Formats: sequence, C-alpha cells, structure tokens
Amino acid sequence: MSEAESLVMHPLAKYLRLDRFPPIWCAGCGCGIIMNCFVRAIDELDLDIDKMVVVSGIGCMGRIAGYLNMDSFHTTHGRPIAVAAGIKLANPELQVAVISGDGDLFAIGGNHFIHAARRNLDMLVICSNNFNYGMTGGQVGPTTPLEAFTTTTPYGNIEHPFNLVHLAAASGAVYVARWTALHVRRLTQSIKKALQKKGFKFIEVISPCPTLYGRYNKMGDPIQIMKWYKEVSEIRHGIDPTEAEISSSRIVVGEFVDIEKPTYDELVRKLILDVQRRLREGSQNES
Amino acid sequence: MKVETDRTVLTGKHFLSGDYACAEGAIAAGCRFFAGYPITPATEIAERMARRLPEVGGIYIQMEDELASIAAVIGASYAGVKAMTATSGPGFSLMQENIGLAVMTETPLVVVDIMRGGPSTGQPTKPGQQDMMQAKWGSHGDYEVIALAPSSVQEMFDLTIECFNLSERFRVPAFLMADETVAHMWERVIIPEQDQIEIVNRKKPAAPPADYLPFKPDESLVPPMACFGEGYRVHVTGLTHDERGYPQTDSPEIQEQLVRRLCDKIRRNADKIIKVKEFMLEDAEVAVIAYGTPARAAVSAVKKAREGGIKAGLLRLITIWPFPEKHVEEIANRVKGIVVPELNYGQIVREVERAAKTTPVHFIPKFGEALHTPMEILDGIRRMK
Amino acid sequence: MPVRLWREPLDREKIKKPKAEIHIIRDNCKGCGFCIEFCPKNVLEKSNELNKRGVHFPVAAHPEECVLCNFCSAVCPEFAIFVIEKVEVNNNEGGNG
Repeated sequence: MSEAESLVMHPLAKYLRLDRFPPIWCAGCGCGIIMNCFVRAIDELDLDIDKMVVVSGIGCMGRIAGYLNMDSFHTTHGRPIAVAAGIKLANPELQVAVISGDGDLFAIGGNHFIHAARRNLDMLVICSNNFNYGMTGGQVGPTTPLEAFTTTTPYGNIEHPFNLVHLAAASGAVYVARWTALHVRRLTQSIKKALQKKGFKFIEVISPCPTLYGRYNKMGDPIQIMKWYKEVSEIRHGIDPTEAEISSSRIVVGEFVDIEKPTYDELVRKLILDVQRRLREGSQNES
Repeated sequence: MKVETDRTVLTGKHFLSGDYACAEGAIAAGCRFFAGYPITPATEIAERMARRLPEVGGIYIQMEDELASIAAVIGASYAGVKAMTATSGPGFSLMQENIGLAVMTETPLVVVDIMRGGPSTGQPTKPGQQDMMQAKWGSHGDYEVIALAPSSVQEMFDLTIECFNLSERFRVPAFLMADETVAHMWERVIIPEQDQIEIVNRKKPAAPPADYLPFKPDESLVPPMACFGEGYRVHVTGLTHDERGYPQTDSPEIQEQLVRRLCDKIRRNADKIIKVKEFMLEDAEVAVIAYGTPARAAVSAVKKAREGGIKAGLLRLITIWPFPEKHVEEIANRVKGIVVPELNYGQIVREVERAAKTTPVHFIPKFGEALHTPMEILDGIRRMK
Repeated sequence: MPVRLWREPLDREKIKKPKAEIHIIRDNCKGCGFCIEFCPKNVLEKSNELNKRGVHFPVAAHPEECVLCNFCSAVCPEFAIFVIEKVEVNNNEGGNG
C-alpha cells in the first residue's frame, strides 16, 4: 500500500471524470454504489464508451451525469426519459441509459416513464429509490412508505407508495429487476443483462439515504441500513410483480420480467424502409 | 441515417396550407426528427411530418405531452439531428422550462407556435398574436432567442428554413411565430431546387477531444458543437457551467460570464439576424409597423392612404426577436406617427413604443378571432397624419 | 479455517492462493464503513488516523486473508478502495484482479 494513492490507479478510473472526484453524495449514500455497479457492468461488457450516453434528471442520483467520463446530459426535473428517447431515436448506434431518482422518474417524470415503457423505447432506466426527495432536504415522494416521516409528512405519510416493479411491468417493460444497494454483484449482473437486451429495461435499486430519510425514520447509520437490507431482502425471481412488495419487514428483490418484444426503434426503422420501398416501387402512400 | 429518396425537396409550384408549407420547409432545411403533440391549429404540421419524414428517412414520434416533445427534440439535436416541434399557446406554455434548458445548453432547434386566441384554452380555432412576449420571456432567467413571424404561406416555407439556419448558426432555439390565419390559409408556394436553398449547419469542433472545451466560444460567441457519439464525451447540464460543461453553482463570475455570453451572442449579432420589409417608407410621414396577418391588411391600408394623399408606409417585421430596435428608431425619427395593429391587447407595440421614444404610437388591438380590416388600419393612419 | 477434504485434488499443490494488493485512497474515503463491515474475511479495520475529511478510513489489517472477492471495491460509493492481484514470479496464472 502506498501513501498517497490516487484515483488514477483505480481499474475503473477511465470511466470517471477524476477531476470532479469525490462526488457530492453523503457518506453511505447509495448513489455512489450505483455508479460503481454501472461502470463495472460496462467494463465487464467492454462496451464502446464513445457510444454510451447517460441521461439523468434533477436530484442526488441525477448528479451522476457529471461524474461519468462519457457523453452525458443532466436534464430538467423529470425529463431524462423524454430526452433519452430523442437521443436514441436520432442516433440508434448510441446506447442510452437513464439514471435518476424515484421522485424525478416517478412523480414529475411518471408520465414519460409509462409511455416510454409502453412504446418499448430502447433504453435502460436505473432508479435509485431512497424513498424521499433527497436533494431538497427529504420530502415525501411517490415511493415513500405509508406512515413514514419526511419533512413534508411530519405526522407520518398518509399516501400509499408505488410498487415500481409492478408499474414498470404493467407499462410494458421487457426487463424489470429490483436490488438493494447491498446486492452489488447481482445489481452489476442485472445491469449487464439489461445492457445486452433491446427494449425498455428497468432496474430499481433500493438505496440508503442515511442523512435524511434514514435519519427521519430512525434507521441508524449507513451500516445499519445496509444490514437491514440484508436481513429483510428476499430473492424471488419471476414472481408476480404485484407481489414484489416493500414493507418494514420485507424487500422482495430479484428479476421479475425478462421478455422480448419488438421495440419502437425497430418498428420505426422498418416503417421507414417500407415507406421508401413503396415510394421506389411507384405506389404512393394512400391517405 | 437512411436511403435518401428524391422526396426531400418537392421542387415546383404548390397550393398548400401554411402548416403544410412549414412542414415542407423543415424537411427541405434538413429536419429529420419531429416530436410533437396534437394541438389545434398546429396539428396539421405533425400530420404532414408523420407522413413525410419516413419518406426522407426521418423519425416522427408523437410524444405523450408537449413537455416530452420539446425534451425529445433537445435530445435528438444533441445526438446530431436537426429537430423540430410544433404547438400552439397552451403547449408553448408547457414547453417553457425546457426551452430554458435548450437556451442554457445551446441546443439548436425550432419550435413552431401557431398562435390562437388565449389566454388558457381560449379560442382554439381562431387567430391571435398573443404569445409574442412569451417567446422572449416565457422561460425563467435572462436569455435571448430568435423569433420570426411569417405573413404568407410562402413565408411559412421560407422562414422555417431560416429558423433552422439561424438556430444552427447561433446554437439557440428559433421560434416560428405564426398566427392561425397564416397557418390555415391555402396559397401558392414555390419550392425551389434543392441546390438553391441555403442550408446552414452547426459548426463542428476542429480540435480533437483532448483539447476540446464544449462551451468555449469562438469569435462569434458561439461554441462549435460536438454531438453525442462523436467521441468527445461532452457533459451537458442545465446548471450554470464553465467552459468544460462542468457545473459551477458557487461562482458569481462564471454565472455572469455565461449569462452574458448567452445573451450577447444574439444581441451582438442582431444585425446578422434581423430581417424587415419596407413598403413605401422612403418618404412616409405615417408608418404602420406590423407583422404576421395584420401586415397584409396594412399593405392595403397604406395603398389606400396614399390614394387619399397621405404619405403612409409599412415596416413589416419579419424578425420579432431580437427586436429590430434600430429600424424602428430610424423610422420614428422621420415620421409624424406610427400605427401598430396587433392581434392582441398590446405586446410588440410596447417594444415599438420603447424604440420610438417620443414619436406617438397608435395601437389598434384585435383580441383574436376577427382580423384587422384595411379600413380600420386606414383610420389609424388618418389619426396619425 | 482450513477445509477438510475427503480426497485431495491432484493438483492441489499447484494452486496458489492469489495474493492481494489492497489500495485505499484514504482522502477520498467518507467513512461509511461498508467495506470494513461487509468484507467476508474481515481483512479491513478502521484506522486510528483521520484523513483530510476527518473520518477514519479503512486499513488492511489482515491483507493475507484477502481472497480478492472485490466486494469492498464494488460496494465503495467513492471508488476509494480497490484490490488487484499481486503478480509474483514463479507463480502460475490465477486469473486477474
């Protein structure tokens, strides 16, 4: 071990903007782990980084776009999926990943999520689910559990949260998985699997927010939160997404959907070729 | 991307509606991505693009709302494809946040706003010019954009191409602000040969990736644009950023530098952007300043005025933003009065008053629905004599 | 604990346990403790010193126990720890770090 070690020596350094390290995230935040698993997956697949585009939204997880040494777009709140749609459709050679938080993707961005999944647009969406709006201080979000405390639910949350796995599956995603930030290997494998599939892929990562949600709900320090994940997670590959629950005593993780379906990108390209063929053959597009 | 057929530029004489001419102009300009949402009276643009884009290898997608539409257009533009969306007042309002993102990230794109009666849902099938200020001030923050106002179906074709060229040149959103009348009227359009249409493309970086700073401008104040997938690994963000594109949210100097440049690149290049048309203005004593459909009635009014012995003239504004202050100021200095007919309750007339200073300005509002008649404008001219 | 085998694999003598080189970028560590807590071989411990951030970064207290599982490397949110295989001469290839 040498004294002044530098990040330059890290095997994954080439995927990172070293001049911006270390990231702004709190100690024990899951965002850094998600970034770690993401670049690890890309590295193991040996993908062409010049063709990878990461799109993120507003929020703690959204800052990831600034730390990755790839083409990246840090968009407005809730819109990364729509921007990613434009990027992928305009240049199909690019591989597009949307990495953002639960509020960004499912509150303000909810509409874009369900439609992109419905259309089966070719992109990978990774959601860091820490059960609150972290960047702004820990407010209630669409995945905050019932009765939980946040700054805007000081008396306990009276809203039911989404089951994101169910939402994604119901919207038509072709690959749906959920892991916690502790399941680093399985998460990396899921990301690898997803990056090699075509269509709309969704991976939910239950992520610790020790500074806010964790603190408001007395979940302890980061290690205690991760130990809790270890204790309550159950791997249930392939169960019905409606049963993939998250409760105070159980987090169901695993891969829930893995299907094939024509993607919007394939269909639109086929349409273009058909139209042009018909034009060439002389028959006009009938109205 | 695809095999280009010869359907890119439909050279020849056509009888088209304004909306259709706009779509043809976009395709002729090189637009190969359209993301939109149906809204009266711009729906026909989307419909025409849905039919025509596959013919030229472009992508049409109907998004789930206008916010997604403008977001997808921004993405497509950064992926290297000329992109456009079309909407009306209510959709334009929805797009404002991401228009700000496009300004901040210096994304070339075109937004067509076919203006209708407002505010809110208003009168969807009736014309208006009530979004003119919104085009400039609709998003939060200080910024400059380019906005053009067509007066005829031919201009719907020509100015759409102009919008694309200006947005590519200055890396800024360009708006085609047309009232519903121009969009829905049918007129003759002459589409020239492809090689006679001037196309401007975004400047690409000359430096290799290691030396390239994505937001470092050249002398024109516009940075060359590297797109995704070209090996430059650009980071694009809506946060205040430095020349590397990295967020710098604590530095007042960077904020000032960035905001100044985003505005100055338009303000200082205004002369290269602004277009107006003068009609009988050389010796005019009363000037009508108008744009869009009212300008057509103004032509008749000016002619009638001249027949009646009044030296009237018309300054038709083609560029609305940046506002042609110098032109207005110069005319204000030599006329006795200015008449401004608008299909709103006072928008661009304020800019005219500001530039005209002490020269009296007579404003003729129409609230949408009914258009100005030449007689109404003539009355105004007579008042200013 | 050594594994008790019924039978010995024929090439048991040839297989050498890979030696780990544990790199810790001490000033990037934010002290979350994940690597220390979840190392399956309890290789790491909290140091007594503080880094520039004022937290106790990990030190490899028992590097010889490390089996290069790389869990610490994968679970670190700061990329502040990584393990590579120490390449020795006269060793047979045992995979990469």
